[in-house]
Formats: sequence, C-alpha cells, structure tokens
Amino acid sequence: MKIAVCVKEVPDSGPSRRIDPGTKRIDRSGDRSLNAYDLNAVEEALRLKEAAGDGEVVLISMGAPKALDSIRKALGMGADRAVLVSDEAAAGSDLIGTSKVLAAAISAESPDLVLFGQQASDGEGAVMWAAVAERLQMPVVSQISELTVAGGSVTAKRQTEFGYDTIEAPLPAVLAVSDALNEPRFPSLKGIMGAKKKPQETKSLADVGVDAGDVGEAGARTTVSALNPPPSRGDTLKIEDENGSSAQQILDYLVERKLV
Amino acid sequence: MSTLVFLEHHDSSIQKGSLGVLTKAAALDPDTSAVIVGSGLDGLAEIAGNHGAKTVYLADDASVASPLPQPRVDVIAALVQDPGFDNVLFGASVLASDIAGGLSARLDAGLNWDLGDLVMEGGELVGKRSALGDTVLVDVGWSATPRLGLVRAGSFEPNAAGGSATTENIAVSVQDFSGKAAITAQDQEESSGPSIEEADILVTAGRGIGSPDAFPMFEDLASAMGGAVATTRAVVDSGWYPYATQIGQTGKVVTPKLYIGFGVSGAIQHKVGMQSSQTIVAINKDPNAPIFEFSDMAVVGDLNEIVPALSKLVKERRG
Repeated sequence: MKIAVCVKEVPDSGPSRRIDPGTKRIDRSGDRSLNAYDLNAVEEALRLKEAAGDGEVVLISMGAPKALDSIRKALGMGADRAVLVSDEAAAGSDLIGTSKVLAAAISAESPDLVLFGQQASDGEGAVMWAAVAERLQMPVVSQISELTVAGGSVTAKRQTEFGYDTIEAPLPAVLAVSDALNEPRFPSLKGIMGAKKKPQETKSLADVGVDAGDVGEAGARTTVSALNPPPSRGDTLKIEDENGSSAQQILDYLVERKLV
Repeated sequence: MSTLVFLEHHDSSIQKGSLGVLTKAAALDPDTSAVIVGSGLDGLAEIAGNHGAKTVYLADDASVASPLPQPRVDVIAALVQDPGFDNVLFGASVLASDIAGGLSARLDAGLNWDLGDLVMEGGELVGKRSALGDTVLVDVGWSATPRLGLVRAGSFEPNAAGGSATTENIAVSVQDFSGKAAITAQDQEESSGPSIEEADILVTAGRGIGSPDAFPMFEDLASAMGGAVATTRAVVDSGWYPYATQIGQTGKVVTPKLYIGFGVSGAIQHKVGMQSSQTIVAINKDPNAPIFEFSDMAVVGDLNEIVPALSKLVKERRG
C-alpha cells in the first residue's frame, strides 16, 4: 500500500510569528518546524504500513527549499521519502493554487491513500484536503477518530458536532485525521541519522505540470487588505506550583473575581 | 450583487450558526437566497424565509440524505452556474468546511475562512478574521467572483424578522466520485445530566490528566464549585468521558463565567470552543502549553496535587 502524507513547514508560535506588513503574507524567515498536526497523519500512515506488512509512505509538501529541514523530522519517524514542490512562482498561493500543486504532486505518485493532519497551525483553515480531494476526484473524509483499511476500502469514524459517523469509501481516498487519533512517535537517534540519506526530491511547478500563471499571486482569488492588533485579553498571571501551593492562590484569585 | 447561504440542518431543525449567517447576509445584500440539501425537508424553507432568504432552493433527494460534503458541492456548484451567485457563505462546521473547500477547487473560487464579521466597504465585501492564534486581526477580500466565505461559529445571531421565501425544488445530480463515500452507522447519543453550555463554571479535564480514573477528582471539584465537568476531544475519543461534555470545534462552544482547565494543552480545535469564556484559568505541567497564551491565570504544576487541595479550600470557603 502506498500512502501519501501532505505535510507543511510552519513558523513556530511565539512573538516572531507575524504577517509581513509589506507583502501581507506570513513571515517565514524566523524559526520553523513541521506542522505539529501533520505528525498524527505521519504516525497513522506508518501504523497502516506496519499493519499491512509492506508499503511506502511518501511525504508531499509545497514550500521554500529550506522546508526540507523540517520535513526531515517525519523521515526520522519512519516515512520513506519526501517530495517538495518549491518554486518562486508558487509563493503567495491561496487555497486554489496550493491545492492544484499538491494534487499534481500526489497524482504523479498514484497513492492508495492520501492523509492530512487536522489543520495547519499557520493558516488554520482545515479545508485543504477537501480541495485536494476535489481536484483528484477522490472521496474525502475529515475529522477522523478511528481508521481501518481493508479489502480496497477505508472505514473511518468521523466526529462531527452531533457525535460520530462511520463512513466507508473505496480506495484511493483522501483522509484528514484528528490530533486525538494517535500519539506520534518520537524519531529515534537512528531514525534521525538515517533521515538525511532518504530520498528527498525537490520539484518545480513545471516538473509537476502546473502552469505558473494558475498559482502564486497570479492564481490567488483572495486578498489581505489590512492588519490590525487584536483586542487585548489583558495580562496573564503566571504561577509556578510547588506541592499544591498554588491552590490557595487560585482560590484567592477566584474569590477576588467573585467566582467562588 | 447576489448571495447564496448554505443552511445546514440536523434532524428537523436548521443549525443556529447557518441561520445567523443568513441573517447577516440578508442585511448586507437584499438579493440573498438559501440552499438546503437533504431528504425530507418539509417546513425548513419557511424558517429560511423568516430569516431573510428571498428564494430557498431545496435539493430534496434520497441520494443526498447523508450529511456528506461532496454531493453538496455538486448541488451548490450547479446553483452558482445557474442562476449564478456572487457570494456563497457558510456557517463553519465539519460538513460546511469540507463543502467550502471542495467548492473552491471545483470553481477556482477564492475562499476566506474563520470570518468573525462581514462588512461592505466602498461597495466591496470585506471579511474580518483573527489569524495566527488570534495575534492579529486581518481584513480579507476577494479579487474575483464567486466569493466563498466560512463564518466562525457563533459570530452572528439569527433573527427571525419575518418574511417569506419563494421555494424552488431543484434536481440533484451527483458526480460519480462525489457519491463514493457512504455513512454506514451513526452514534449520536444525547446526554443526560446538565448541559455544559448552561453551566457558569466549567472544570475541564484534558488528555494531560493521564487516565479516566482521575474523573472522580474533577467531579468532586466541579460539585464543590457549583459547576460542571467538561472535556476535550482527546478525552472523548479515548472513551474516557461522554461526547456531550466535549468543548471545541467538533464539540460544544461554551462561554462560562469561569473556565478552569487541567491538563488541557489548548489546541486550536479546543480553543475555538472556549476562547470567549469570561475568565480562563489553566493548570498544566508543561510551561509551554499553548493554553497559557490565552489564559488569565496560568499555573505550571502537578494537577494531582492541586485539584484535591483546591477542592478542600473551596469546600471550606463555601461551608
């Protein structure tokens, strides 16, 4: 079984995470790492491969050439190889462009399954899988809490606002897993060392057959016109507990606010 | 300008969130219609008319009975082609997000999400959203029609101001790949006990509590404080506590006077369900837990020591 996992390098949270006021794009010059939600998708892919006894887990990504530094973490966990589409012309893509590029890169691999994590911590959209599934003309299931693959079809338990649905779909299919589905493994030292030697391919838009005019700012249909500071929540009172010592401070805080 | 609002329904009622979006859309654009997709939709068109829809398109067909996104992309895409709409708006949900994402790719139409407000500025539709973990407020727009928008849950209150809609039944034609997924079972048990949406104080237990054996301790604290026990998705998916107690994107959106979270990391999925709580207190052993970024009081420590001590103090105080 061949499993494609879509992953993304994102800026680390913290004060350096910002939108560049000039380009109105997310500033990607600070510290970056692999989107934490993607680790659940990588973990699930590895478990499916291990359960099947054979197969291949291919990471698919779009981003700057340096994104491979972050993607290597998933290779360290056990993914077999990585394909990164990196092209100046793709910078500034919105959902339309990015889904085109990912779908094209996935298509070239002809996987049985395409996995996504729950969302990207920078864009916060949680819509990419649906757009990619549409372009690939594959069935899609999101918010997955449980997953089994057998006999050429997938059975997924989806959580919605109303409870759980069990959904069946034939392969190939696009699936987005919840961060509650599993506990991602840590890459072992051996895995980290081995990751550098695993195949890591960087492709251009032309390599995946996407027209530069359809992606990047040229292909985007959404705009950002203004950036403003958010309403302040006020300061956070920070406390280090020692053997339950904070209980009194919590009580005092709540009493002061007439909450107890 | 013309606007289409997707109305999501469950059993025989339309979701409050999508009626709120319809109310807002009708206020911005008098030429606002609604679409309802499912099987057995009697009576729903009237409610849509009450909330400002001029025309209600009903796709009432057995092939779209299950709440799955892809057949709904087919239905809405056909309406965007004929009669044609400039804007298509959704109240965010698991179903609506998947429809909106698919529709964006089908039509190569721009999609903005997490919209907390929609306004007209100089004749243009502008969306307001907070981004990057609510560290920045962004004005977003569209450079072409159709414009697609997903509205953050709870942003607009529905208003049944009266009015009645023209109803139009539309034929349903589902593409081959859109009809491949099928729901084979549903598990949607209703809760007994008080709803977490009504409690003033929520004692929330996350994955960090380590084991379902810890729940008596939280029930004791909640009872001492006069509140209810709430949970996160990880806890519910693990089968530790009932689904009805889950806060978050796929659970309940709550706005208590006091939210006190133990072993809750504060993932986005959870945050969207509780960030409007009046006071947020978080206890976590990880000093880098994201929940501390939007807490009023942040305590780094071991909940197994803090919870019993706090229960005891609250009981003494309240006699």
